[in-house]
Amino acid sequence: MKALRIAIAATAVVAGYQPLLAAADPPPGAASCSGCHSPTAANSAIPRLYGRDAADIEKAMAGFRDGSLPATVMNRIAKGYTDEESRAIAAWLAAQK
Amino acid sequence: MGSNHRISRRDFCRSGAAAAAASALPLPAFAQSAPRVVVIGGGFGGASCARALKQIDPKLQVTLVEQSKTFTACPFSNNVIAGLRGIEEQQFGYDKVVAAGIAVAAQAATAVDATARTVGLADGTSLSYDRLVLSPGVDLRFDALPGYDEAAAKKMPHAWKAGEQTVLLRKQLEAMDDGGLVVISAPANPYRCPPGPYERACLIAYYLKTKKPRSKLLILDAKDTFSKQRLFQNAWKELYPGMVEWVSLSQGGKVNAVDAATNTLITDFGNHTAKVANVIPPQRAGRIAMIAGAADNTGWCAIDPVTFESRSAPNIHVIGDACLAGGMPKSAFSANAQAKACARAVATLLSGGSPAAPKLINTCYSLAAPDYGISVAGVYQPKNGLLADVEGAGGVSPADAPRDFRAREANFAQTWFATITAEVFG
Repeated sequence: MKALRIAIAATAVVAGYQPLLAAADPPPGAASCSGCHSPTAANSAIPRLYGRDAADIEKAMAGFRDGSLPATVMNRIAKGYTDEESRAIAAWLAAQK
Repeated sequence: MGSNHRISRRDFCRSGAAAAAASALPLPAFAQSAPRVVVIGGGFGGASCARALKQIDPKLQVTLVEQSKTFTACPFSNNVIAGLRGIEEQQFGYDKVVAAGIAVAAQAATAVDATARTVGLADGTSLSYDRLVLSPGVDLRFDALPGYDEAAAKKMPHAWKAGEQTVLLRKQLEAMDDGGLVVISAPANPYRCPPGPYERACLIAYYLKTKKPRSKLLILDAKDTFSKQRLFQNAWKELYPGMVEWVSLSQGGKVNAVDAATNTLITDFGNHTAKVANVIPPQRAGRIAMIAGAADNTGWCAIDPVTFESRSAPNIHVIGDACLAGGMPKSAFSANAQAKACARAVATLLSGGSPAAPKLINTCYSLAAPDYGISVAGVYQPKNGLLADVEGAGGVSPADAPRDFRAREANFAQTWFATITAEVFG
């Protein structure tokens, strides 16, 4: 009975939290990505970001920002985002299907 | 019934807004019925916005008003002019927009009553809305350049709205003998696609160099500086030496009048008679923006940078080429990015919330040759009532990049076009 109560409580927390992160509100800047990065095409010259590992996206953005990762245009775009913004965008992209 | 319902809800909201101001209560009316959003204009801005609205809240009743059954995209239409691409590759239908649950009204919008919140259509019917989004693109001003009207455009094409005009300019170039003079007249800012005239110069030069190498291309400009200037000028020197000449405003480049009968462009410093004349005239927001009271005396639409709501017409939002978006250029990428941010803001407002400040990106690719791409990018956020560049971000491709870098950017340009058109129309 106690276990069930805990399970219900955990479900409630997840149910209340998950939609906010997964679908509802992309953080500022995230909606622009799909202008170039296709949410569907798998074999594109520009990589798909949906469903990718959040840490990888965040690391790439940091690399573009400090110049350690060479790029044509992402270096110019990444400089418009803080670490916190990149982290939020990466988490949102990772949660997309 | 629908109309009674609408009025009662609106009246409720008016009193509800007062109550909300006093007690910060949410507005429950919207939770009970499906708010209606009408979007005018089925291009990169309007079609993106309609789809984003439906995706954000499937319950919204979204109607897209667009009189053309087929959309002809401007990005990559310079490739059509250069004979590198068929016009049909630029064309997209609205089947998938309809399949997404959006009602498409295939007619012209002829009236907007901002008080009654209705849009009048060409067939005499009207659509009611809770919020209206205008994405009408540009109108070419046939009253701004003496001698250049719609009849003159059939002789001296603008090709600044893709379609028939694009094909006409292509045919004129094909028909021209080797050794002919091609003249492009570029307008003052602001106008649709700031780097467009210069990309066009490159790709026409590419065609001439390949097929008619004794020909010349002259750009008569109403400006002293332009987008990606150094990159374009380097490309002209590197790829088309002796073929392309740019005449700036201060060198007398501004075209003051044209004579379509003789294909002559008239400047303060003399007349240029062209074999092929491409006149890109001054522009303003599409006419419906003026009818709706959303355009100011410059002909463009001032907006709130968070919601894209018109500064002059309440409940009417303006996106894309028609709006004054601060630092954001008038591009398909901008229109698409603005559309998604605007859809989010409209859906939030309709549910009684207050929209968060957006952060937007623009990336514009231009081709100096089929395998030579250059780009400009920017990141934007609301600041002092405008969409301002985020400092330290953005800029153009490096001036000293090797050719494989240019080739990669040309490839990315193609991929971008495939991706964005799939998002909007696919």
